[in-house]
Amino acid sequence: MQTDQLLTLFSGVLLLLGLIAFFLGRAKAARVRASGTAMYAQPDQYAWFAVLATAGPAIVVSAVGAFVLLLLGAEIPTPYLLAGSLVMAAVGLMVGMRQVRPDFHARQAIERVIRWVLVTAAMISILTTFGILVSIVFEALRFFKMHSFWDFITGTVWNPGASFLAAAGRAEEGATGAQFGSVPLFAGTFMITAIAMLVAIPVGLLSAIYMAEFAPSRVRTLAKPTLEVLAGIPTVVYGFFAAITVAPLIVDIAGFFGVDAAYNNAVAPGVVMGIMIIPFISSLSDDVINSVPDSMRQGSLALGMTKGETIRDVVIPAALPGIISASLLAVSRALGETMIVVMAAGMRPNLTANPFEDMTTVTVRIVAALTGDLEFESAETLSAFALGLVLFAVTLSLNLVSVLMIRRFREKYRVNNL
Amino acid sequence: MSQTFDEISSQLRKRHRRSARLKWISMGALGLAGLFLLWFFSDMLGKGLPAFQQAQIQVEVDYNEDASRMGRAALDPDLSRLVSRTFERMIPVQIRENPELLGTSETRWVLANAQVDQYLKGHRHKLNEQQVVLVDELLAEGRVELKFNTNFFTTGDSKMAEASGILSAAVGTVMTMLVTLAIAFPIGVMTAVYLEEFAPDNRFTQLIEININNLAAIPSILFGLLGLAIFINFFGVPRSSPLVGGMTLALMTLPVIIIATRTALRSVPDSIRHAAFGVGCSRWQMVRDHVLPLAMPGIMTGSIIGLAQAMGETAPLIIVGMVAFIPDVGASFTEAATVLPAQIFTWAGEPEKAFVEKTAGGILVLLTILIFLNATAVILRKKFERRW
Repeated sequence: MQTDQLLTLFSGVLLLLGLIAFFLGRAKAARVRASGTAMYAQPDQYAWFAVLATAGPAIVVSAVGAFVLLLLGAEIPTPYLLAGSLVMAAVGLMVGMRQVRPDFHARQAIERVIRWVLVTAAMISILTTFGILVSIVFEALRFFKMHSFWDFITGTVWNPGASFLAAAGRAEEGATGAQFGSVPLFAGTFMITAIAMLVAIPVGLLSAIYMAEFAPSRVRTLAKPTLEVLAGIPTVVYGFFAAITVAPLIVDIAGFFGVDAAYNNAVAPGVVMGIMIIPFISSLSDDVINSVPDSMRQGSLALGMTKGETIRDVVIPAALPGIISASLLAVSRALGETMIVVMAAGMRPNLTANPFEDMTTVTVRIVAALTGDLEFESAETLSAFALGLVLFAVTLSLNLVSVLMIRRFREKYRVNNL
Repeated sequence: MSQTFDEISSQLRKRHRRSARLKWISMGALGLAGLFLLWFFSDMLGKGLPAFQQAQIQVEVDYNEDASRMGRAALDPDLSRLVSRTFERMIPVQIRENPELLGTSETRWVLANAQVDQYLKGHRHKLNEQQVVLVDELLAEGRVELKFNTNFFTTGDSKMAEASGILSAAVGTVMTMLVTLAIAFPIGVMTAVYLEEFAPDNRFTQLIEININNLAAIPSILFGLLGLAIFINFFGVPRSSPLVGGMTLALMTLPVIIIATRTALRSVPDSIRHAAFGVGCSRWQMVRDHVLPLAMPGIMTGSIIGLAQAMGETAPLIIVGMVAFIPDVGASFTEAATVLPAQIFTWAGEPEKAFVEKTAGGILVLLTILIFLNATAVILRKKFERRW
């Protein structure tokens, strides 16, 4: 029998057992209550307890069994495992039925089970972080066994070239040519991020200042969601926009000033990424500026400062931790942005300070390494995980610093909604 | 040294001018952002709207012996260079299925190829001069026309621009989103309920909270690496399938749903909880019967926004292989499929010029869906939001 059919059969039988448990449990509890005995819980609660006692152990057994199968590679045939679970279900049904007694706190028992289910759900998010870390670290370690960590961090030539030959056991044919120096990739990433920040921070911050300090409330209620639209546009769409519309425009403008620009220059993805990030900065900065206490503005105005001076010398310095925090989040976002650079930036690792040349980024190389028809074991494929590890470390530290900054702001001005 | 009144007031004027300048500059920044948005949408509309029209051509189809082997023989040799090859390929199949067609002929509107289409729309094309003259003649006779492109909505991907459509990608998106929602919604709501209503304030709870905030800020491509290493290589989930794509996106959407649900739960006033406890509810009964129903509009709004985010996500799906060429509409959660953003990405990489408008057309469809989803979320919030 196919595994699908087995699973369907298993769930069907389990469902049936659960139904039986529910009706038997309710009937028994109703009978006991009808006999005049005072009970701790309602018949329905006994019924639900019976269902939990039936299905719970069975599901736990099958889940644990599946994990043992996968993790330890133990040979338990699936039918035996499922049959074992069903036996557990039957045992659970009997135990559950015996618990339908007047002195049993069915409701509290259900509560305890539910609590554990909720804790398990909450653990999933921890497991996700853990999973990302484990998957990246393990594959990255395999990569660093083939190529030294030091060369990876400091090398200036990224040329995976013939690394697949090494994976195919033909190392002597040219695998020595493969070089994994990540400096050009990070240089490209930081260049594009810097361009994006040059667009996003001034526009985002000034928009936030306008919305928080100058704009009439009608403009504000309209402008905020409009800006949010910029953040809601899928990145693949921005990538197309950057490659088809912005890049030729940049080439034309650069040509007008006599500068030679490549069609996959770094400016186009940088500018478009900056546009995408504007709402990240403006939204958070707006919130922060709004939560600077009004007494500070009143004090400043009372001393005869103009509105502009108040904003520049009082409000912005007070909001600075929040603004920096927003900018750091934006940088982390820009570093990890993938689709825009995949579609609009170059593929050639290029160590240059000229933004009009083509250059590639970390995320572009990750995508390039994992979408080809390469063997998973090859150094080029594994290099994607090494790059991912660095990306993870950098964005994680940026996020943590950002959280610490905003927490400091929050404690200083006692605002709770940030 | 004292200043005269005139000096002081001129200084003051200067300071006020500077203040006004800040106002205008900051207003300009907001205007600039608005202009970006306007530029973007007008550019996309300009490029994408033509995709909803497609050139069709009226031809005499002659179902003869030769045509049953090679479809091209059914058409006038000059015209056959203007007709889409997908139509020519179908002729032998049609004859095989309906043998009585053999020997008959009919006049019908068929799909023109991408070059005719591009010529009619005034874009760059690869027609030679004779063909241009021929198309102009046909145009004058009314035998070539731009018609509404139903094909775009009823077919899957194709290597020929004129015959490619978004249906298979749309179905893939729906299936992937079903998986995402089925995983992320219950787990997200349960996590939020635990953190807000059950959890004691200890180290473990704080760890979960920090972790969730951090997950929300991790680059999406890293989720793709997780999907590849854990779901595909370790658990053996089929590559490129809506199942693995949906699972990967679910982990990404989880923090969004958790954060939205927590906000919604927090906005339910404590008096509701006190009243529930007062009449003897247990904690779970209080949550299930009182707090959750009141928080539901907020939870739904957050989930829809999370879903819209997941729907536009491409990077992790590329890593788990959902950029396959899928001409047929998929029917299974474990078979290879593609999604709308991935389809857009594939088309954007096609060298053929005619695919540019297909890409932009796909983008318009995706943006329409996203705007619709977000509008639904806003309306839900407006309609059911309660201020306590």
